[in-house]
Amino acid sequence: MAQYQNIITPIQVSGPAEEGMPLPRGDSPRTGKPFFVRLFGIIGNAQIGPIYLGYLGTLSLVFGFIGFEIIGLNMLASVGWDPIQFVRQLFWLGLEPPAAKYGLKVLPPLAEGGWWLIAGFFLTLSVLLWWVRVYRRARQLEMGTHVAWAFAAAIWLFLVLGFIRPLLMGNFSEAVPFGIFPHLDWTAAFSIRYGNLYYNPFHCLSIVFLYGSVLLFAMHGATILAVGKYGGERELEQITDRGTASERAALFWRWTMGFNATMESVHRWAWWFAILTPLTGGIGILLTGTVVDNWYLWGVNHGLVSPLPDMWPNVVDPAQ
Amino acid sequence: MKLWLPFAASAGALLAVASFVGAGWDAPPVASEQIGFRGTGMVHHRDVETEAALKAANVAPPAPWEADPSGDKASALYQNVQVLGHLSGDQFNQLMASITEWVAPEAGCNYCHNPENLASDEVYQKVVARRMIQMTQTINVDWKAHVAQTGVTCYTCHRGKAVPAEVWSIDLEPKPAGNMTQNRDGQNVVAKYAGNSSLPQNVLVNYLLDNKSIRVHSTTALPTGKNLTGTKETEATWSLMVHMSESLGVNCMACHNSRAFNDWDQSPPQRVTAWHGIQMARHLNADYMQGLTPIFPANRKGPEGDVLKIGCATCHNGVQKPLYGVSMLKDYVDALVVKGPTGIPNYSTYIPGKTQVLDSAAAPVTQP
Repeated sequence: MAQYQNIITPIQVSGPAEEGMPLPRGDSPRTGKPFFVRLFGIIGNAQIGPIYLGYLGTLSLVFGFIGFEIIGLNMLASVGWDPIQFVRQLFWLGLEPPAAKYGLKVLPPLAEGGWWLIAGFFLTLSVLLWWVRVYRRARQLEMGTHVAWAFAAAIWLFLVLGFIRPLLMGNFSEAVPFGIFPHLDWTAAFSIRYGNLYYNPFHCLSIVFLYGSVLLFAMHGATILAVGKYGGERELEQITDRGTASERAALFWRWTMGFNATMESVHRWAWWFAILTPLTGGIGILLTGTVVDNWYLWGVNHGLVSPLPDMWPNVVDPAQ
Repeated sequence: MKLWLPFAASAGALLAVASFVGAGWDAPPVASEQIGFRGTGMVHHRDVETEAALKAANVAPPAPWEADPSGDKASALYQNVQVLGHLSGDQFNQLMASITEWVAPEAGCNYCHNPENLASDEVYQKVVARRMIQMTQTINVDWKAHVAQTGVTCYTCHRGKAVPAEVWSIDLEPKPAGNMTQNRDGQNVVAKYAGNSSLPQNVLVNYLLDNKSIRVHSTTALPTGKNLTGTKETEATWSLMVHMSESLGVNCMACHNSRAFNDWDQSPPQRVTAWHGIQMARHLNADYMQGLTPIFPANRKGPEGDVLKIGCATCHNGVQKPLYGVSMLKDYVDALVVKGPTGIPNYSTYIPGKTQVLDSAAAPVTQP
């Protein structure tokens, strides 16, 4: 009997590697000879490979690498090709989008944002090809395409930030720069410029779904681990039997909060919460600057802002 | 086989230690004081240990002696006294003694004067000092909205050093490679005048020298098409705000309710003082520091050849009220709380080591 209730997976199966089903004609062969890593076996499946890359996967990796290189080399150039500064300031370095004056020009000067557009183009291409690959692999295994659509939700947010909203705003200057601190600076500056995203209802929704996802993940993960000694991880085959891990898990929640998800519905909950996080977030970003210019004032108009007593009645704008 | 384990563990441990020791956290105890309405998070936090060190480093020195305002005027006693001629001889000498302690305690009088002829303007430092006295007078008379009755003296900035520790100049380091590679748009390296953040590194030029607009918010909920600022301008404004925050040792809440940064109705009065401070720094840099460009030798300028300029930290030195609000003016009222001619002298004729008298009065007066 497997004992999956521990923090790590204590029992690892070893044996001949699983090669997977034969692929139909027209598909590339899977790449790599499978091998076992005990360390990976502690947190997941010990078998590594074979991987199916195909032309979509290969092109996606190539385009992703091109984008990554453009960003990295421009970061290196931004400190005068100095490798020491590159390492010291790596988190500070970035690649900035073009200034507003270039509008939606397809290729502004390379030094002034041209590289940002090229890097963004290749990264977008890479991500989209990877999406097609995820979709096609799912169809090939005669699965649903839920993973692909969940991935599409993330791509939606990515495209809103870097492409769709800039199109609506008429320039790329407000798109997110590449870089660790630069993109964080952008996030805060974006909220400040548009009067505090805290008062953007879609930002609120996104946070609800984000934190909700965390809560659901914790509840579900904990429930399944808690019934591990009854084989709870084998969810579906237990659904119809009495006294199983599945039934105990369901009873636990019904007794605790009067309502329980089912083995199937809990995943639907998780899936929707997860994809609604970037979906609503993307809507919130898309409305910012295009439809609403100051979310705080919008919140004042719509009863979102709690009024405060006037602490300093003598303070007036000295510029007026 | 498992050799990587001790290496990984050591690296992890080093990183953990470095993040605690090297990151400059405000370690407890931290004293917190509520400065706004409850629930708004408007709290001023002070690191108690840092505060003790700051208090020790920011003490106003006493005047060398109490000056006698009676007697002959300095203009009658000495030659080439252009700015302080209205003082009595004793007041004049008291200020000279103080300036020596404030600015050049080791080099002494000769830092500014030719000992053979104290009246001569041939040492460039003397020309600078005269202009700086005029600047101090201007601050104390015209900028009461920022310095109030506390005012400033040379010591507020100089603290015993010929060049104040916290000055700024154009910073382009590390320079981008140029050509077709990205020019990084003035940001995304360690910005030393913006709290070592990755925010734009030269915004003090825009805001504390030039008149670039700081405000980025829209004052209407919906777009009107009139506000052309975006996130890039916001990052520049933010960079200035980080400079102010670091200079004064305060957080955003000292001047803002962060739920609506731009709203004056929810801002503490300190924001009004700070607003005047920005105007003041602009005026001083444009008229006084920038004006002295021809006088300063290259080694007294920044790496890009611009004069060293005034920022918030120049006076504040990490403290919300410079020298913890202690006024040094009472001993120097006649010298530093008056105003004479303020126009920029014609420095183009100045030759270091030669010019005996650089006549400010004859120079064209350009009142701001």
